[in-house]
This record gives sequence, structure tokens and C-alpha cells, in this order.
Amino acid sequence: TYVPSPPDREVSRAPTQIRPRLPLLARTGTLRFVFSEGIAAMSSSWSRALTQISPYTFASIGIAISIGVSVLGAAWGIYITGSSLIGAAIKAPRITSKNLISVIFCEAVAIYGVIVAIILQTKLESVPSSMIYNPESLRAGYAIFASGIIVGFANLMCGLCVGIIGSSCALSDAQNSTLFVKILVIEIFGSALGLFGVIVGIIMSSQATWPAKTA
Amino acid sequence: MYGFEALTFNIHGGYLEAIVRGHRSGLLTASDYNNLCQCETLDDIKMHLSATEYGPYLQNGEIPFPFRLPIQFNLSFPLVLFDLAVSVIKLQFWQRGAIGVAHEFILLSPEEPSPLHTTTVVEKCTLKLVDEYKHMLCQATEPLSTFLEYITYGYMIDNVVLIVTGTLHERDVQELLEKCHPLGMFDSIATLAVAQNMRELYRLVLVDTPLAPYFSECITSEDLDDMNIEIMRNTLYKAYLEDFYNFCQKLGGATAEIMSDLLAFEADRRAVNITINSIGTELTRDDRRKLYSNFGLLYPYGHEELAISEDIDQVRAVMEKYPPYQSIFAKISYGESQMLDKAFYEEEVKRLCLAFEQQMFVHCKRPGPCLKKLNCDTSFHYAVFFAYMRLREQEIRNLMWISECVAQNQKSRIHDSVVFIF
Repeated sequence: TYVPSPPDREVSRAPTQIRPRLPLLARTGTLRFVFSEGIAAMSSSWSRALTQISPYTFASIGIAISIGVSVLGAAWGIYITGSSLIGAAIKAPRITSKNLISVIFCEAVAIYGVIVAIILQTKLESVPSSMIYNPESLRAGYAIFASGIIVGFANLMCGLCVGIIGSSCALSDAQNSTLFVKILVIEIFGSALGLFGVIVGIIMSSQATWPAKTA
Repeated sequence: MYGFEALTFNIHGGYLEAIVRGHRSGLLTASDYNNLCQCETLDDIKMHLSATEYGPYLQNGEIPFPFRLPIQFNLSFPLVLFDLAVSVIKLQFWQRGAIGVAHEFILLSPEEPSPLHTTTVVEKCTLKLVDEYKHMLCQATEPLSTFLEYITYGYMIDNVVLIVTGTLHERDVQELLEKCHPLGMFDSIATLAVAQNMRELYRLVLVDTPLAPYFSECITSEDLDDMNIEIMRNTLYKAYLEDFYNFCQKLGGATAEIMSDLLAFEADRRAVNITINSIGTELTRDDRRKLYSNFGLLYPYGHEELAISEDIDQVRAVMEKYPPYQSIFAKISYGESQMLDKAFYEEEVKRLCLAFEQQMFVHCKRPGPCLKKLNCDTSFHYAVFFAYMRLREQEIRNLMWISECVAQNQKSRIHDSVVFIF
């Protein structure tokens, strides 16, 4: 059966063979490498495929998700709020300036995404090609990926939440101006969700230490 | 998915929903009605109404620009409408460059003082409703625009019946056209006066209107007389309600839930009215059953029982098995039916307000104490538009009643028929 050769790696044996992988031990010289690669080599081809994806792929996708999906959430929230705000302001023009706060809360969500993306991309470091599939490298790559997903999807949901609340806030403020401050409190709780995502994302990304250059 | 409309509704409907909620805040409140009920003359009423949102519409002369938006339409008016003796209106609109606003009411020119009749007050108020409706219809996209058009088909049916009846009684066509409701106008409405029986009616006029699909049960060669016309009206309205109901079900989501509740109430109310009005006439039981709609709380078992009822007490016995209607019938004492209309209107207004607000009544299909309130989405559905139009209509009915009572000096009867909305 044809087994594709991974980059910078020796050709692996078929997965059903359970044998100590002495040739690799001889060539790379690190025991940790053997154990991790050995386990993956013994399991199904899907998990092997996953571990053979470069950690830089995961890290870059994580950065993309953090900014892209956050902006999606912010934009979604802004249009939900904006359309109701404009319609309601026809009968009650006084609500316009106060209700821009809802739009600002949605916008903050996009700013969180940008900040985290900038932080994450400073965490990307080069490692020599022999160490790309080091467990440490894999860990760093996965940490950046996870951080990106956390921030992206938390901000998506936060943007949606604040947008829907902002729309209802505009409509009820137009009818009864005492309601505005109370609904604003609900919005503040909603925007805290994005903040949770950012905090956890930054903690995750601080885990992203690539292995030192000397083996 | 029901419950997730909030994510996408505002793309097309957010602006209009906000506008209609703004309009709703302009409905007359209980304090306005109290002021109006204490007026002595029609001029007092006009003065009080000028302080509300109707103000710009009740002034003499031209209505200032921000309140009468020039609205574009692609109607091609048949020439007969231009022969109406209200060329003053057309001049005023052509001066302002508005194209084809479809209404026939009399606007007073700047030089005349206002001879105030009750009909004038009602006409001006209806004009405001028509303007708001048309503004919303212009801005709407599918499927909201279809939904808004569905709301007007009821008025179209009423206009058709009005003209046919009037022609039967040898009235002048122009006079009848003036009495038609503006929301239910369509192009070839004046040619209804020519038709001799229902088949001609359909073939000449109605096949081009949105009412065409409702006529499948109605096309007979019988001559038009009063009885047949009433049956025709009710058959058309039944088909219209069912069509509207199916359309709302297709829309799905919160719209379907709330609209099915409102339309079911409408269907049931019509069933009760048909039953009560046909007691003692020559309408057979089978004919009566054919006029009931195929949905609603009373379908199918209540309809069976209503079809065989012969007097009001039997109707009451049938309706009391259904808890929501039991409360209506509890308000009127035995043997009396005059207050039934008002009781139904009150119930309708209550449900319409709920469509705007927090809750909605959900009924079990079997009679018994199982009424429950359901917290559903308050925004992001189309039922607010329907509810707004109906509430406005109710308000215009109230104003008409108040004006009539004041004009005829019977203020003791004012509270017989005024239904407060807030």
C-alpha cells in the first residue's frame, strides 16, 4: 500500500506493524520524538494525518479565525441594532445619540479580535525544520489555534447578543425613555462575554512557547 | 428555526418594524378618548384631535409636505376616476409632483372654510392610515410586501360587495366609488357596476385582481340579489382567511404562531356572526356550514354544533365550551346580543396589543381549562403590521362613533361602543 512520505521525515511503516522503530531512533536521536511518533504511527491514518499537519497551519488559521469571526460578530450586531435604531428615530429623534452606545459595544468586539490577532502573531516563531513536529512545537501551534477559536467565537456570540439587545433597546427607548438605562445594564452584561473570551484567549496564547533553537 | 428570527429579520424588516412601532405609540390613549367624549360639538373634537397625531390631516387646506409624502405608484387610473368632481385634489397633488396617489377622498382647498361633518373627520383619519400603509408598502421587500398586501384584500372584498349592492339599488357609480375604502381600491373597480351576475362579475373584472383565486366556489349564473351577495361576501372572505392563514404558515416562525392565533380568532368571530345573523333566514344548515373557515378553535366540532343552532342561547351554549370565548359570553346576559359586538371588539383589541407585547395566548384544541400564556418573541415578526392596521381601524371606528354621538347629541350612548386601546 502506498504511504505518502511526510516532509523532512523518514518513510513510516504501515500502521499495523508494531515494532520498535530503531531506524528513526538512530537518525533523530531523541527519545521523546520516537514515543510520540510511534504512538501516532500505530493508530489509524486520520490521527496520523492530523499530527502531520504543520503546527504553523494551525496557528495561522487560529489567527485568521480570531480576527475574521470577531469582525463577523461585530458587523452582524451593528446591522441588527442599526436598522431598528434608524426606523425608531423617525418618530423619536431624541434616541439617536444615546443609542449609539449599543453600536459602540458591538464595535468593541471587533477591536478585541484585532488586538488578540496582533498578540497571537507575535507569538509565531520559526523553529528549525527538524523540530517542527516536536511535541513542544505542536503544543505551541495548537495553543495559538485554540486561542484564536476561543476569541473568535466568543466575540461572534457577544456581537450577536449585544446587537439584538441594542435593537430592542432602541425600540423601547422610543416608547418610554426611562427604560434606556435598565436595558443598557443588560447590554453591559452581554458585552462581558466577549471580554471573557479575550481573557482566556490571552492566557492560552501565553502557553505558546516554541522549543528552543538548540536541540 | 423558530426562535432564531432575531438573527436575520432585521436585514429586511428591521426598519419597517421600528417604524410601525413608532406609529403604534401614536394611537389615541384613554385620556385622549376621555377628552373627546366630553366634547360638545364637532369643532371641539377637531380641536382635540389636532393636538394628537391627526393634527396635520385635519387642518384646512394643504397638508404640509413632511406629513404627506409623495409616494410613487405605477397605477394607471381609468379615466372615469378623473371625472370625479374632486379635481381640486388632483391639482394639488399634481402641483406637488406626487404621482398616482390612490385615494378619492375630498381634500378641502385652501380658500374654503371647513363644513365639518362626521364623515369628513373619519375620512381624514382614514387618509392618515392609508398614507402610513402606503409608505410601509413602498419600503417593504418580499415576503413582507406580500404580507402587507394580504391585509388589504379584506377591504377589497368589502368594496366589491359595496359597489355590487349599490348598483343593485340603482345608486350612482361615482357616489359608490367615493364611499369605498381606499385601501381596497384596484384599477377596474368601476366596471363592477356593469355586471349582471356573478359569472360576468368574475370574467369582466375580478379575474385580474388578487381576489381571483377566491372565486372558485362562487361562480354561478344566478342573478345578484341581496341574499346571494351576502353569501358571496362570506364565501370570498372565508377563502381569503384560509389563504392568508396558509401564507402565514408558510412564513413560519413567530409570524406563523401569532398570526394563526389572530386569524383563528377572526375566523371564529365571523362564524359566530354568520350564525347569529342567519338565524331565522332561509339559509340552510349546509349552506351555513359552507361559510365557516377551515381553521380556528371552533373547527371542526364547534362548527358542527353552530350549524344546527337556532337561537342565541344555543350559540352561547356552544361557545361556552371554549374557555377563551366563555369569558366573552360571560359579559353579556342571557337573551341579549347587542353587546356581543363590543365584547368581540374588546377581545380582539386585547389580542392585538399582545401581539406587540410580551405574551400570546395558546389554546389547546379540546375544550376545557387548559389556557396557557406563552412568552414568545416580542419583536422580529410580521404580526405587528397586521395588529397595527387593525388597531388603527378600531380607533377610526371609535372616532366615528364618538363623532356621531356628539353630532346627534346622544352623549349618554358614547360609552356603549367605544373600545379603549390603552
